[in-house]
Amino acid sequence: MAESIRDKVAIIGMGCPPWGERWDADIFDLITEAAYEAFDDAGVEPKQIEAAWVGYYGAEYATTGLVVSQTLQLQQIPVTHVENGCGSGAEAIRGAAYGLASKQYDLVLALGYEKLKDTGFGGLAMAGAPGKWYPLYAAEFGAAPGRYALAATAYFRKYGLSKEEGKRTLAKISVKSHYNGARNPRAHLRREITVEQAMNAPIIAWPLGLFDCCGVTDGAAAAILCRTEDVRKFAANHPHGYITIKGLGISASPGWGKERTDYDFTYWDATESAAKQAYAQAGIKNPRKELSLAEVHDCFSIAELIAVESMGICEYGHGKEDVDGGAWEQGGEIPINISGGLKSFGHPIGASGCREVFEFYTQFQGKAEEPSRQLKDVKFGLAHNQGGFPGQFVCGITITGAPDA
Amino acid sequence: MLGIVSYGAYIPIYRLSREAIGAMWTKSLGRGEKAVANADEDSLTMGVEAVLDCLNGMDRQQVDGLYFATASPPYVEKQSASIIRAAVDLREDILTMDVAHSLRGASSAMKAAMDAVQAGSVRRVVVAAAERRIPAPNSDFEAIFGDGAAALLIGDSDVAVDIEGSYHLSSEFVDVWRKPEDSYMQTWEERFIREEGYLRILPQAVSALLKKHQLSPKDIAKAAFYGPDARTHATMARAMGLDAKTQVQSPMFDSVGNAGTALAPMILVAALEEAKPDDRILYATYGDGADAFLLRVTEQIEKVRDRRGIKRHLESKLMLPSYGKYVEMRELMEGEAGRRPARRSSLPVIWRERQHLFALYGQKCRACGNIQYPRQRICIYCQAKDNFELIRLSDKRGKVFTFSMDERAMEVVLPKVFTVVDLDGGGRFYSVMTDRDTSKIEVGMPVEMTFRIQLEGSGLHNYFWRVRPIRC
Repeated sequence: MAESIRDKVAIIGMGCPPWGERWDADIFDLITEAAYEAFDDAGVEPKQIEAAWVGYYGAEYATTGLVVSQTLQLQQIPVTHVENGCGSGAEAIRGAAYGLASKQYDLVLALGYEKLKDTGFGGLAMAGAPGKWYPLYAAEFGAAPGRYALAATAYFRKYGLSKEEGKRTLAKISVKSHYNGARNPRAHLRREITVEQAMNAPIIAWPLGLFDCCGVTDGAAAAILCRTEDVRKFAANHPHGYITIKGLGISASPGWGKERTDYDFTYWDATESAAKQAYAQAGIKNPRKELSLAEVHDCFSIAELIAVESMGICEYGHGKEDVDGGAWEQGGEIPINISGGLKSFGHPIGASGCREVFEFYTQFQGKAEEPSRQLKDVKFGLAHNQGGFPGQFVCGITITGAPDA
Repeated sequence: MLGIVSYGAYIPIYRLSREAIGAMWTKSLGRGEKAVANADEDSLTMGVEAVLDCLNGMDRQQVDGLYFATASPPYVEKQSASIIRAAVDLREDILTMDVAHSLRGASSAMKAAMDAVQAGSVRRVVVAAAERRIPAPNSDFEAIFGDGAAALLIGDSDVAVDIEGSYHLSSEFVDVWRKPEDSYMQTWEERFIREEGYLRILPQAVSALLKKHQLSPKDIAKAAFYGPDARTHATMARAMGLDAKTQVQSPMFDSVGNAGTALAPMILVAALEEAKPDDRILYATYGDGADAFLLRVTEQIEKVRDRRGIKRHLESKLMLPSYGKYVEMRELMEGEAGRRPARRSSLPVIWRERQHLFALYGQKCRACGNIQYPRQRICIYCQAKDNFELIRLSDKRGKVFTFSMDERAMEVVLPKVFTVVDLDGGGRFYSVMTDRDTSKIEVGMPVEMTFRIQLEGSGLHNYFWRVRPIRC
């Protein structure tokens, strides 16, 4: 009989050194920095780690879990590479949690990382993406901006937003994320922008402009996990600063939304089902009220808008009202991407799912660094992490919370 | 009775004015414009368009051969006709061949088709011609050369045009040439080529043909024949004793330009669009000699009128705003070195999926009735396994469900318009929109399929279907 993961596993240490265009750092530097920050935070030694789950997407510089075992000099332990596109980070945490819950290991590492800025261009190197009918049908048919923009056009149409209203709504989402990111010392793009700047920025893929698109970033994030019953044993340095996993939902959609006439591009089906799974495990009935914050996979402004609706945090079609009313801002009903989000904090593909959990961990511990961005009374945090494209997503939702929540 | 059963043509949507070319080189090139193939078009794809126009309403199963003529084949070694056959979904057990190396190729292929029909080895053969030659920048050819295609269905039943006879002349005369290693055409002093070539060879063949049939130039209702430019074409007409006003079909130099191998058949299609039963038409081509045909229109012509042909394609156009857009479209200048990974292709994938790539067959689930593309093993609607019938989607139209315009895509003409199309009669096709005015794209817009170069990669032209706003 399957059981909920709720409170079985604790995160006792995390690391997420500042993200950005790390011209000075290679993939090995990024892995080392994040992992050691997490080791130090937890107060454990690398040699204590019994297994690792590592999430990354790119291919040129990294194959297998060896990249991590070689870099960190882990000695003959299982290192499992997990990959779910941009959703790889959530998958790494899930693997680590299940390894603990099944009592195969006592202390494990989850790590997400990506080095994107050695390619010479913005965006992702997608040449090898194996779509069905590669190369003529799928893989060649557009990078992420063009794919997500299909959803923006469809969303505007469905809810009767004029181009101006639609663009303005999306602009406000990006303005909010940049406002948050500007206050986060670990974020990549630390400057505020205005609605006018966002609306008038060069078009990347109509209707999405430059400021509708997230940063292309180098970075890594790591977590040290153990079973909750063992927290005092492993986290001797700070036994009270840990968080527990409340729910893990992962859903791979059947994936042919853009080919099915009954899909309208205005909802993320994998997000809907992953959220249901995670809410059920966490015992969350009203996410808008019960969640203290949500880190949402906003690779594009439209992605945040539709994801928030798909998770039931906002009713379908009412995102514009929320955005106009400031409901997702720091002082609003539910802060969305208080970190700055993928938009401003950056998006090293495999790392984002771990980084989103790091934001809750930071807020829960009261260590937001810049006091103005510290939330109060933090109980539950949701991390929404997805890979793929509208109509063909895999989504991981990680809900963490205070041990006693 | 041996004759032309049907006809079709194609003219690319883009036009470049002589004024724009002249503005680039600061010289006066006179009036008019020329047709310019889009960056995703070549002679092969234009051949597909012309053949589909020609076979509109015809039973494709009854076509026993496809001959394709061009002087600008996409591959120097590798047949184009076989790809055209696959794209237009003709039977596999037919003869396909390319006729290349001469601007006279279209009529030579037609003669071969006529002989095959007469010999009884085939019933119907499509003869297609298409040209997309790239003239040297700032050359005389640049103002004149245009792109286009035409197709004729040759057969011995239901003929719209009776082929009464033909005359063929081979000549070693050299006028225009291009070696495999040459980027552009070469020629000789214009006066020599005109006087010893155009004004002598084609009129000689026509004269011999008329004599053979005991006819005189005044018996001709319309003459559709090749000429290199407007002035020479008019001089050739006079040399043949034809009245420019009444007997000469317009060679379209001010609207299409010299479309090489395809020019004479395009002029013929234009003539047939206006022809009445019993009209006697002279059709003559030039290049390494000349081929001349005597044609007589039958009552059947009325049954093949529903063609886009020349007239409708001519009326449907988008002007290139400047010579620079033409440079971009034809990739005449070396661009900034790309930093993104080169695009790739895979022959096993193309071979495995040939039915779905070339003729665009999708599937209809026998369990739930839903049409889907691309090919699946498990129905994406009802999850039934391996229970599909094939359904051809290349002749479907549809409506835009949603779209985006990617300004950073790896594509010659930006933005790349990603388009989700709901097909009339069911099914959804995720596609790229081409031949479009980006200011007019909207949700709900009707579109149709067009066979294009989807990408250049692994040394191959990789063809696939795109969508375009319904052309005309």
